[in-house]
Amino acid sequence: MNMARNKTILYALILAFTFISPFAFPDFGTQLATLWLMIIVALTWDMTGGQMGYNSLGNIFFYGTGMYVAALISIGMVYDVGDYTNAAGGGIYKFTDLQYFGGLALGVLGAGLFCSITAVVIGYLTFGLRGPYFAIGTLGVAIAAGELVSNWDWVGGGQGIALPVYPGDLDTGKIFFYFLFAAVGVGTFLFAKWLYGTRFGAAINAIRDDEEKADAMGIHTLRYKLYTWAMAAFFVGMAGGISAFQLIHFEPLESAYQTINLGIFMVVCVLLGGKGTLWGPVIGAILFHLFKEVTWNYLLGWQWVALGALIVVTVVYFQDGVMGWLVHKRPEWFGIKVEKKVAEQAK
Amino acid sequence: MDQILGNIGLLFEFPVVNLKIILDGIMVGALFALAAYGLALVWGVMNVKNLAQGDFVIAGGYVSWWLVQNGFPALLGVPVAFVVMWGIGWVVYKLVISRVIERDLFTSLLATFGLAIMMAQILNLLFGSDTQSVDLDYDVLYFFDGFIDVPIAKLIGVLMASALAAGVIIFMKSSRMGQAIRATAQDARAARVMGIDTEKVYAFTFSLNSAICGAAGAIIVMVWVIQPFYGISYSIRAFVIVTAAGLGNLPGVIAAGLGIGALEQYGAHIFGIGYQQAIAVLLLLLVLLVRLIQQRRNRQVLK
Repeated sequence: MNMARNKTILYALILAFTFISPFAFPDFGTQLATLWLMIIVALTWDMTGGQMGYNSLGNIFFYGTGMYVAALISIGMVYDVGDYTNAAGGGIYKFTDLQYFGGLALGVLGAGLFCSITAVVIGYLTFGLRGPYFAIGTLGVAIAAGELVSNWDWVGGGQGIALPVYPGDLDTGKIFFYFLFAAVGVGTFLFAKWLYGTRFGAAINAIRDDEEKADAMGIHTLRYKLYTWAMAAFFVGMAGGISAFQLIHFEPLESAYQTINLGIFMVVCVLLGGKGTLWGPVIGAILFHLFKEVTWNYLLGWQWVALGALIVVTVVYFQDGVMGWLVHKRPEWFGIKVEKKVAEQAK
Repeated sequence: MDQILGNIGLLFEFPVVNLKIILDGIMVGALFALAAYGLALVWGVMNVKNLAQGDFVIAGGYVSWWLVQNGFPALLGVPVAFVVMWGIGWVVYKLVISRVIERDLFTSLLATFGLAIMMAQILNLLFGSDTQSVDLDYDVLYFFDGFIDVPIAKLIGVLMASALAAGVIIFMKSSRMGQAIRATAQDARAARVMGIDTEKVYAFTFSLNSAICGAAGAIIVMVWVIQPFYGISYSIRAFVIVTAAGLGNLPGVIAAGLGIGALEQYGAHIFGIGYQQAIAVLLLLLVLLVRLIQQRRNRQVLK
């Protein structure tokens, strides 16, 4: 019972911190919002990567697609998209408050839904691939999408899309986007927490452990894989949609389908925190974001080298992550009882 | 759309254009095939999927470029890049690869991806992000009233690539180390039992792969351009080729390399040069899908 009370206190503290932090650290508003974005993508990557054993390198596809879908919906409701994105047109486009927030709400939701549907379609084609082939195949989807979109003039081509600026002053805008990300992040976390406790969670764990046996036990594996990826895509798509409005201007290769940035960050976050655990991605995202911000500030120029080194070191030497390490060192925290004899032998 | 149709029409109107595209494709493809062969070697022998393959290529290119900047003859770049990249490959093997061989496949994929990011960025810091190339002062041969231009530099590049490939094949077939490598690829445990130092074989194989890539890069810098971040596209092409050809199938790798080179040139001609990268990736997806459908025939259930 003590454990349960501790947990409640912990959750309450985290939630309180979530609410207070943008006001307490107003200088870091954007960074905190990005932290939530990292938590969302890490949690959703873990749904397929950690819990289901399908390591996708292409989840960034849903982020980029979410951005574009959200932007196109919100623009398309008011103006003609082709005219809007035509840089040479020189038209001036204004959005009223209602148009802005309505477009944002519908755009973000639409982005989530659209990404879910795409996940089912792409998953149908790629889920026959196993292991590294799946990783490379999904990476291919993400890269191809970025290249194709950057050649598609109707959506702005290589120059991307500029969205309207948040109506209101800048600081309120920052806090507004922080809370949007936080809401989706908390939603994702609660959803994942609930999901892993259900029969569905057990089924996808079975797929991870042995897909053939799971198949033989009567689990319709393809269907489970598709649903899981669609759920993950829903949250990533929404996060992408919010990002589009937060960034105001985005272009296809560097900010939307940023395969080697966010696309690989999410995997590193999960590995750093601990694959296949609920808290691992969250802890990993926080650690990674700290590392990234520190290196970006103090090692300018060498930040990418440091990042690559972090990936290599994490993958090669520290693959169980923080949670795996904790489970090994402090099994009693996780309710795992180690028999004395084994424990002594371990010493 | 009209432009695409027009481009296709051009192919039928002037059949000689086809010849030019295919020639270009073969020249590109020969170099892709080299990088892909290295990948197949490492993949087959130690079951490591090296996503840093393309960055080894680019690094080799920069070695050669640096030599030329410092007044050395360009053709010297190929052997020097071979040796330098051999050393770098050995260091990389000892630091990273040796620790991921026994692990699951995703580990090696991700570790080499991290490596790729590091290498691209180090090259960027050392040499800047501009595209670079080495200019060889050779003539250009013209055929068919100037419809087809074949720079002698490219011919030399293809010849060197072929010589390198032939050298590697002979080495693998007849040398003692080549035999040991093939034995390890077949069954590492059995090879160990027979007294082969597999650790040494692994280190040698990875260094050899890196050296082949380096030499390929040194050729590429003479005939095209390199840039620190071009690595990933060579990695992807190597993956396309190996996935299409299968492991340990050298004629297949060469054929697939040449074929993909030609297909890519056709794609670039029909859809425009902006789509070249996308075409390489889409080919990968296509190959994976075809493979998947082929495999599906073997998956059966009792009804």
